[in-house]
Amino acid sequence: MPFNYYFFLSLAFFFIGIIGVFPRRNAIIIFMCIELMLNAVNLLLVAFSKMHNLQLGLDFPNIGSEAQVFVFFIMVVAAAEVSVGLAIIVMLYRNTHSVDVNFLNRLKN
Amino acid sequence: MNAIILTAAWGVIMMFGGVFFKSKATPKYWAIVGILLAIAAVFAEIGYGESYFNVDLKGLLHFNSFNLTFIAVAYICTLFFFLLNGSDIEKVGNHVSEYFALIFFVLCGVAIAATYSSLLTLFIGIEILSIPLYILTGSDKRNLKSNEAALKYFLMGSFSTGIMLMGIAFVYGGNSSGTFLVANMGIGQGQLPVLIAVGLVLLLVAMSFKVSAAPFHFWTPDVYDGAPTVFTSFMSTIVKAAGFMAFLRLFDNVFGAAHSQWITLVAIITAATLFIGNITAVFQQSVKRMLAYSSIAQAGFMMLAIFAINDTAKEGIVLYTAAYSLATIGIFAILIKMNDYTVEGFNGFGKAYPLPAVAATVFLLSLTGIPLTAGFQSKFFMLMAALKNGQHTWLIIFAVLCAAVSAYYYFRVIQAIWFKEATTATSVADPAVFTAAFKTMLVITVVLILALGLFPECITNWLHY
Repeated sequence: MPFNYYFFLSLAFFFIGIIGVFPRRNAIIIFMCIELMLNAVNLLLVAFSKMHNLQLGLDFPNIGSEAQVFVFFIMVVAAAEVSVGLAIIVMLYRNTHSVDVNFLNRLKN
Repeated sequence: MNAIILTAAWGVIMMFGGVFFKSKATPKYWAIVGILLAIAAVFAEIGYGESYFNVDLKGLLHFNSFNLTFIAVAYICTLFFFLLNGSDIEKVGNHVSEYFALIFFVLCGVAIAATYSSLLTLFIGIEILSIPLYILTGSDKRNLKSNEAALKYFLMGSFSTGIMLMGIAFVYGGNSSGTFLVANMGIGQGQLPVLIAVGLVLLLVAMSFKVSAAPFHFWTPDVYDGAPTVFTSFMSTIVKAAGFMAFLRLFDNVFGAAHSQWITLVAIITAATLFIGNITAVFQQSVKRMLAYSSIAQAGFMMLAIFAINDTAKEGIVLYTAAYSLATIGIFAILIKMNDYTVEGFNGFGKAYPLPAVAATVFLLSLTGIPLTAGFQSKFFMLMAALKNGQHTWLIIFAVLCAAVSAYYYFRVIQAIWFKEATTATSVADPAVFTAAFKTMLVITVVLILALGLFPECITNWLHY
């Protein structure tokens, strides 16, 4: 499949993520949209890695492998973020019995 | 390398130490010992090039006197933070040694974000810096304001991480070298390829988010206001400065050759940050919230370094880190002791507690940028860097005008301290909180700020070691 397909697919995921973040009120849905953004980046990085390898792989066989390692780092960091983020959401739920972000307006003045 | 390994290891020690420490005061002393060891190790590395850990970095991190001096300055400011605020961290909750452990992990992130030489380590550094802070922001678990601040900070922080990663992916894709190593990127002068230009804008947006530059600053006042005050003090100083360090190195080393193509964009962001930060700070009643907006205003001044990108800017950002962090940590340390966080809460403070009041005055004067203080020298370096750059001179005039506006809200607090009588029957602060040790630390901080104001070269000379 041509590289462009992957490129536009991941851009579409990324924009669905961005568009999902702003109008949503449920903290968990916002969080899912952010995860979607990160995974769109993962897809794009792998696609770019393959693209670089197809272009220059004959001269430099290892070119492009860095991006695939980067994807693992993103996964690990995303997992760390999930653990912290869900803990924060649970803490909020214990205090307010809601995960609605519009409920949070104590700091606006 | 010393700094990264020592702080990470000390974080683990503090975390497990929580099981064994009997008294609530013990972790503070362990933390002070840890940060002293880290400072000594950093100085050994600057002075003698001595790294105690032999790690094959594969070019992922790069150490030079500029990075290392920045780390040393950030760690010394953290030492002052521990000495001034150590006993206030104990009051946040029951998990004192965990808070210190998280702070040490942040410091590890500071060192990585300051020394990265690959976009991979930039990402890792920024994340290690941010994730413990989300927890620290929400550490006051029963307080809804703290919860709200933590959730906002977390959502905005991970959102900007997503944007930063997209920027990195675009820069990687547009670069035919197929590497994340900064040294091999080779983004030259001339028209940037579309992919790299988009990546640059995305990285600019993401880094502006992290350092709270306008128009991406909207999370800052809420988060700084809601977080426990001790941690606000930490994240508005050392962490923000580390964000700037990463920002500066990214735009210097990766996109430096294409300076002329993004300079206008950065100039607009700088002007907007200065304007919004200063103007909104004028209308704040709470000193804590005022300091949150003033941290946006000061970020505008630090943005001048990214606007200029030259040697003076590098000297300036290290000096600014020292001046701004010391003054802000000092004023927050006094603010925590107050019974009332509004400006009126400071009424009659000068009569009741002369020595802390003098210290608070010096901190505020330094933040304003009055000559003889470190704040003046750091602002001077920033303006000089921008002037040497030669383009967009209107920005310098605008920055000076904004500094004049900032005098209004800082002087309002000074006026409340010295020239207003206490209005309410309740005392300004509990006398017991101003212990002799705390007062001594305040005096040392004041002396250091004045010394840096007179002899800024004692920091800037380290850069050329």
